[in-house]
Amino acid sequence: MSMTNILIDNVPYAVDGSKNVLAASLSLGLNLPYFCWHPALHSVGACRQCAVLKYKNAEDTKGKIVMACLEPIADHLRISIEAPEARQFRAGNIEALMTNHPHDCPVCDEGGECHLQDMTVMTGHNCRRYEFKKRTHTNQYLGPFVNHEMNRCIQCYRCVRFYKEYAGGKDLDVFASHDDVYFGRHEEGVLESEFSGNLVEVCPTGVFTDKTLKKHFTRKWDLTDAPSICHQCGVGCNIIASERYGSIRRILTRYNGDVNGYFLCDRGRFGYEYVNSPQRILAPAIKGDCALANASPEQAIRQISAIIASGKKMIGIGSPQASLESNFLLQQLVGPAHFYAGIPRAEGKLIRRVITLLKNGKVRTPSLAEVKDFDAVFVIGEDVTNTAPMLALNLRQAAKKGPVELVKAMHIPEWNDAAVKDIVQGTTGLFYIATPHHTALDEIATRTYHAHPDDIARLAYAVAQHINAFSSIAGASSSTADAHSPDAGTTANPDADFEALSKSIAAALLAAKKPLIVSGISLYSEALLDSAASITNALKDQAKDPGLVFIVPEANSIGLVMLSDQFLEDAYEKEEPDEDEKPSQADEDTAILLENDLYERTFKGQTDLFLRRQKNIIVLDSLENATTRQATHLLPAATFAEADGTLINNEGRAQRFYQVHQPDNAVRSSWKWLQELQSAASSEPNVPPSASTHFDSILQSLVREFPELTAITTLAPAAGFREGTQKIPREPHRYSGRTAMHANVNVNEPQPPEDADSALSFTMEGYAGVPPPALTPFYWSPGWNSVQAINKYQIEVGGPLHGGNPGKRLFEPSNIPAAILTPNIPAPFTPTPGEWLVLPLYHIFGSDPLSALSPGIKERIPQPYIALNDSDADKTGILEGHYVEVLLNGQKQRLPVKLHTGLPPGTAGLPKGLAATAGLQFPFSTTINSGNHD
Amino acid sequence: MFSNLRSIWIVFLHMFHKRETVLYPEEKAYLPPRWRGRIVLTRDPEGEERCVGCYLCAAVCPVDCISLQATEDEHGRRYPEFFRINFSRCIFCGLCEDACPTDAIQLIPDFEMGEYHRQNLVYEKEDLLIDGQGKVQGYNFYKVAGIDAGVKAKGQGANEDKPVDIKKLMP
Repeated sequence: MSMTNILIDNVPYAVDGSKNVLAASLSLGLNLPYFCWHPALHSVGACRQCAVLKYKNAEDTKGKIVMACLEPIADHLRISIEAPEARQFRAGNIEALMTNHPHDCPVCDEGGECHLQDMTVMTGHNCRRYEFKKRTHTNQYLGPFVNHEMNRCIQCYRCVRFYKEYAGGKDLDVFASHDDVYFGRHEEGVLESEFSGNLVEVCPTGVFTDKTLKKHFTRKWDLTDAPSICHQCGVGCNIIASERYGSIRRILTRYNGDVNGYFLCDRGRFGYEYVNSPQRILAPAIKGDCALANASPEQAIRQISAIIASGKKMIGIGSPQASLESNFLLQQLVGPAHFYAGIPRAEGKLIRRVITLLKNGKVRTPSLAEVKDFDAVFVIGEDVTNTAPMLALNLRQAAKKGPVELVKAMHIPEWNDAAVKDIVQGTTGLFYIATPHHTALDEIATRTYHAHPDDIARLAYAVAQHINAFSSIAGASSSTADAHSPDAGTTANPDADFEALSKSIAAALLAAKKPLIVSGISLYSEALLDSAASITNALKDQAKDPGLVFIVPEANSIGLVMLSDQFLEDAYEKEEPDEDEKPSQADEDTAILLENDLYERTFKGQTDLFLRRQKNIIVLDSLENATTRQATHLLPAATFAEADGTLINNEGRAQRFYQVHQPDNAVRSSWKWLQELQSAASSEPNVPPSASTHFDSILQSLVREFPELTAITTLAPAAGFREGTQKIPREPHRYSGRTAMHANVNVNEPQPPEDADSALSFTMEGYAGVPPPALTPFYWSPGWNSVQAINKYQIEVGGPLHGGNPGKRLFEPSNIPAAILTPNIPAPFTPTPGEWLVLPLYHIFGSDPLSALSPGIKERIPQPYIALNDSDADKTGILEGHYVEVLLNGQKQRLPVKLHTGLPPGTAGLPKGLAATAGLQFPFSTTINSGNHD
Repeated sequence: MFSNLRSIWIVFLHMFHKRETVLYPEEKAYLPPRWRGRIVLTRDPEGEERCVGCYLCAAVCPVDCISLQATEDEHGRRYPEFFRINFSRCIFCGLCEDACPTDAIQLIPDFEMGEYHRQNLVYEKEDLLIDGQGKVQGYNFYKVAGIDAGVKAKGQGANEDKPVDIKKLMP
């Protein structure tokens, strides 16, 4: 970064020379109004709001008006933000923008956190002088997530620039001309993009607002916020979760320059509603003669601790949805030998493999944000848009990286969005996808390859071999030519085709500056993981700087497997009963299940058998499910909204999340329940259990047992941390209604709850400045009430946060033995006649059972179906939409057929995570009976 | 000695002066309409609730004694699901009335709110709503707002043009 000296209002500053004047001014903390510019979307100069006066030289007194966002930083540049001409221009511009803005603020969901409000106040405009009528627009229904109110639009074009250009959406565009321009769909309907929720934050005013918030609307200043981590997939995006009157109201992006940056996917943003579900378990329950009956927490603790203290052996089953701390305390309670990671063995072994490859491999795994900087991508076996949506968004940016690098070579700055776009003309960089079926990213791919997972692994191994072979040939550059010609090698011979494809991928990866390989465990194939690692190893040997990203299914998959290498089947098989019917008299008669619906994980018969053998089934969970209905003792566990904890994402990044509010019921973190059970069981009867230990001391004992996790103690300031003498408030200073919100119950105000486990407080009193990044509950700065206040929390706009981006990476490549990779090339897949190999199909809405309980998400979940290969269906005369009988785990199910998914012959696909497919362990073979075609 | 006698004389004369004391409660004092007493929620000329649940009164309240929750009817008209004022905390400063963008919340010249139990000073929406427009006559926010909340269609407001036909070909 070259520093350049400039003068702003005759004050000298040294700024980053590669930026524009607006970005530099904001980075310096100066208040310069803007609308269309966005750090991730760059400059187009559409809104004319960031006008400044630019002087020719030191003597110039007149200057000329320029747009700061389009003005490159140059040496000895002299500008003025405060010059009267510039101020007047900006005030006039806002006045013009506001001529058609409706009188909506009191009923607008953006009010109070509106960038347009902030900028209007900043420029001083306060009275509409324009005497004519206001232009109006009709609105559109845009689905369950985003509300549309087009009257409020100020034509900044941010929405379409994000939706179409950044996120690759097709169904939001701009229509009509001049001040009639209209941003919407060609016709009413659900916004298709998986990232549509970002429009809520990208729109500077209230055109696009959060529909889930609208249902229980609360102003920003009334929300109790906490820094949290999204639990809906393995990527670990940072979120701000907000509460009012005991329910969670919305999720916003929490900026983390190393992870999700400014954006979130719709599953993460709108999937929170399950926290407020009527299915929540709110009180402990104990099984009486027939059914579960509610009990007081003390009663439940007494009964369960008596079972624990009775000395019988117990087993504990952890969960990849639960925090490290909860899993660890369960492990401590039952003993490491009796603790099982609550995932099937096939999945667990793959996650273990991922950890091994990340820890002992040669190649560094990039963070989610770093993915954007790779200029060639090879996706191996992952439907990224559905298994790790935010990774897909960043892969789309990586696809633009190659062409944008060419533009940079022409001395056009990357932030000059219109110029860059003119030159790039929609071309994408080198991007290869090998998956069993069509994926949303196929549209940006240079080439795609749809085949069985074994064949994908064969392709990947072939690519690795070609890369190794290239070293003997003089240089890779000579062979890059065919990387750019997608049709190269399209012959009738499939083997030659395969050969040509693998060669062109190898050439492309070698030609790139930074090649990236993306794989994961979604197809349950270890060969895919190994083949991906062998490509990156080969690239590393060619002195390239490759990246390797593995996608894992759940929020704490990696953390759970780091704690235990025993899986569900190990627990099930440990004590096989002599006879199936008779409950075993084995000494393990108690199972403690932690936030885990076993019926989602394993076959119903298998799960039933296991649970029937347990005399006591102690379940800690937050929502009713098939497993909680089998419980003898049920404890209400917290969701992410009521718990503190640590998660480890797919990158091996440990991140802390904090509880948003203290619920007024018995719900508490699983680790708090386990701690109480532990101390109640170990203490003498009639002696009150010792004072409970706090979160930090659990962390200490955790890292004592697992030294490789030592970094998790440094993720965030300890509970004793104070800014000066003050805690960090979870509520903004304008939090309202404190003396009335509980007055219907009792006019005497209750004492606010205290948070002994963190440096955050549940009140509005406390430190008012910029807190440490891991403890930032909301963004606000004087004059900046909208999400754009994030500028004030960053060292430079779009860069790291003051104090560094939160989260700690646990794995760096150690490059110890190359021997961990022995190529194990699978045989090509040959279909067995009459049998179908069923692969899992993932859906951003539906494959995650928790978010699927949210009403908004529920509307987007697909109906169960079975996807078949087109030619297979042709042979049997099955048409799209026909119902067929599928044998699933011994039971016949009738499912409608979906074709044109690109699945290879002999395979079928079933959506994973839906109720109809719960407990299925992919991949498996089955038969399909076409039956009568009705 | 003289001054004592003088004082006694003056007090004696006061027996024939007009009485300043108002014999409350038999006799009521005149309170001007802008007197800041009990808070009420008013209705618009059509008889619907004026409050749109914007939370500005709650935000401006210096003692935080107003809490509410906004909700919407099937037409998208926003109104408070509950609206609670804890009068045992209220200081009758009138900032809520100033902040109210729809003239819904108004302070009226009534101060007779004494209670034996503080709990009875917690007023819910049912206690606050009156059947009239209060001091501001004729104002209906939803007629001048841009949104269509079942009161007027898009473009039917006093200050609005008809909605743009985005498919028209004329510039």
